[in-house]
Amino acid sequence: MPPKTMFEKIWDDHVVVQEPGEPAVIYIDLHLVHEVTSAQAFDGLREAGRKVRRLDLTVATADHNTPTWDLSLPVTDEISKKQLDALDRNCAEFGVTLYDRFSPLQGIVHIIGPDLGYTQPGKTLVCGDSHTSTHGALGAFAIGIGTSEVEHVLATQTLRAFKPDTMEVRVNGQLPKGVTAKDIILAIIGKIGVNGGVGHVIEYTGEAIRSLSMDGRMTVCNMSIEAGARAGMIAPDQTTFDYLRGRQFAPQGADFDAAVERWKALPSDAGAKYDKVVELDAAQLEPHVTWGTNPGMVAPISGKIPDPADMDDEAEREATVRALQYMDLKPGMAIQDIKIDRIFVGACTNARLEDLRAAAEVVKGKKVHDDVYAMVVPGSAKIKKEAEDEGLDKIFKEAGLDWRVAGCSMCLGMNPDILAPGERCASTSNRNFEGRQGKGGRTHLVSPAMAAAAAIAGHFVDVRDL
Amino acid sequence: MDPFTKLTGVVAPIDRVNIDTDQIIPAVFLKSIERTGFEDALFSSWRYNTDGSPNPDFVLNKPAYKNANVLVAGPNFGCGSSREHAPWALRDYGIKCVISTSFADIFYNNCFKNGVLPLVLPPEQVREIMDKAESDPGIELTVDLVSQRVWDESEEISINFEIDAARKDALVNGLDDIGLTLRMEKDIADYESKHGL
Ligand code: SF4
Repeated sequence: MPPKTMFEKIWDDHVVVQEPGEPAVIYIDLHLVHEVTSAQAFDGLREAGRKVRRLDLTVATADHNTPTWDLSLPVTDEISKKQLDALDRNCAEFGVTLYDRFSPLQGIVHIIGPDLGYTQPGKTLVCGDSHTSTHGALGAFAIGIGTSEVEHVLATQTLRAFKPDTMEVRVNGQLPKGVTAKDIILAIIGKIGVNGGVGHVIEYTGEAIRSLSMDGRMTVCNMSIEAGARAGMIAPDQTTFDYLRGRQFAPQGADFDAAVERWKALPSDAGAKYDKVVELDAAQLEPHVTWGTNPGMVAPISGKIPDPADMDDEAEREATVRALQYMDLKPGMAIQDIKIDRIFVGACTNARLEDLRAAAEVVKGKKVHDDVYAMVVPGSAKIKKEAEDEGLDKIFKEAGLDWRVAGCSMCLGMNPDILAPGERCASTSNRNFEGRQGKGGRTHLVSPAMAAAAAIAGHFVDVRDL
Repeated sequence: MDPFTKLTGVVAPIDRVNIDTDQIIPAVFLKSIERTGFEDALFSSWRYNTDGSPNPDFVLNKPAYKNANVLVAGPNFGCGSSREHAPWALRDYGIKCVISTSFADIFYNNCFKNGVLPLVLPPEQVREIMDKAESDPGIELTVDLVSQRVWDESEEISINFEIDAARKDALVNGLDDIGLTLRMEKDIADYESKHGL
């Protein structure tokens, strides 16, 4: 047999039907559902008199719309409430397991999947959300789908899809101190561009990736979609197995050991061919900060805002001019001189325990700058509790940061947490698109430690200097 | 699903790269639980000023382009989120075909489920259409998926295009994917029993 990549092994193992020239019909092992992209899918099922085929492989949570204020307070946005209620109703009617906003297992869908042990190596996993790529960090093939496809998976437990190409992104060497998984992925997107991965599944390999914790690996895979990739994946290893052992919905006891034996066969074979290969040297990386309106518009903390006049490509030049205008930044300005109004530590990119610890370490014993409002939103109710058990919430509160209830929050501004027009935010989320965090808001993507450092200083600083 | 066979309509140009789904329809409009009614939200941040009044500089607010049915845009159109609200908003507005050199994968898939044709053309041809749409506001294009050709009235533009046969078939016939897959019930059940699922 010719050597195969991990993606090819998982794909081949899940093909139910493959007619020549047609999309493959792929079996889906896990379907995660949330309130924003599911209501119309459930309606479709209802109209056609169809059922959810595999309730045991379907799990729902409420995350995008949920307010991050105290759970005893009501959802005041009427339309959000309607959407949350629709999820409650649909899950009750169809029998889908739901972790609603009061459940101790609730959280951002891409955080709870791995954290509760649902996400496992070798699985195919879908969710009506583009950052489903996160789950690939455990060696799963995980892709975001649209609402029509959500309906298709609910009804058939399969997805129709054309086989994507493969791309290896090899990150050699070791990360310098103060440089994180977030900086790796921002540097990769800066290098290959926001469409560099279109049509491809990226497998991240190399020493720097292997040295990352699971939380860090998830940060990397999370933003695969920001490079346009269909999915991101990292081969499972001892770090993965140790992470999963004992998690609530992972196999237990002897079943777990048997599963590990199977998972060990998943990594790409020696000599397996990728359609594209990109290499990066981790040792050269610095903390990164985005300055523009897509995640590829990024610079190291020691860098400057680029000058469109230096750009040969006309489309790139025009996009840069536009981005700088929207961001209200001048060419040549030092990244460290950018002053900020707001800090958001949260989102499925960076709201896991390790992220919260990194932010807490930076702000411990210090005070948030007078001109800054800073907010920390844990990724799930479980992570919130774990962080509180460690006293992280106290560290944040004492430093003057707001400690909230889990949800997507200001990552996309569907709930009341939004930027006012013109406000500038250092954010640990994954998208700095125009208006993403609120109409007219300006977003700079950074790691949790960099966001925390900016909260104290009032402008961007190099965490390595602290 | 609504089939797409042939369309003649005004083409609106948006000469920008990486138009993301947050621009096509911002998240605040995703709270609706309906499948239609997204026309007013299309390109909301660009179309309206902060006070809600129409921005006269935005292409769809110019009289010649107001009733556009075709959009021509820069590369990597539809990047970002998986929201199917993006093609819904285009469709509800009346835009049934988007022409670009490339599309983001999830957006591309979503279009086919909603009778919207995302048409990939080589850079020179996209440029030709873009320039013509800009210099001659209100020109109409005919997009014929069956014969795989795009042309304008004068036939100065006349382009034969490629498209994957299976995708074309689904769009031309308005096929219901779920119905098709449910006919494979035996294969699915066999797969499940073979894999102990
Ligand atoms: S945290 Fe942000 S990116 Fe992640 S699922 Fe929520 S809205 Fe999407």
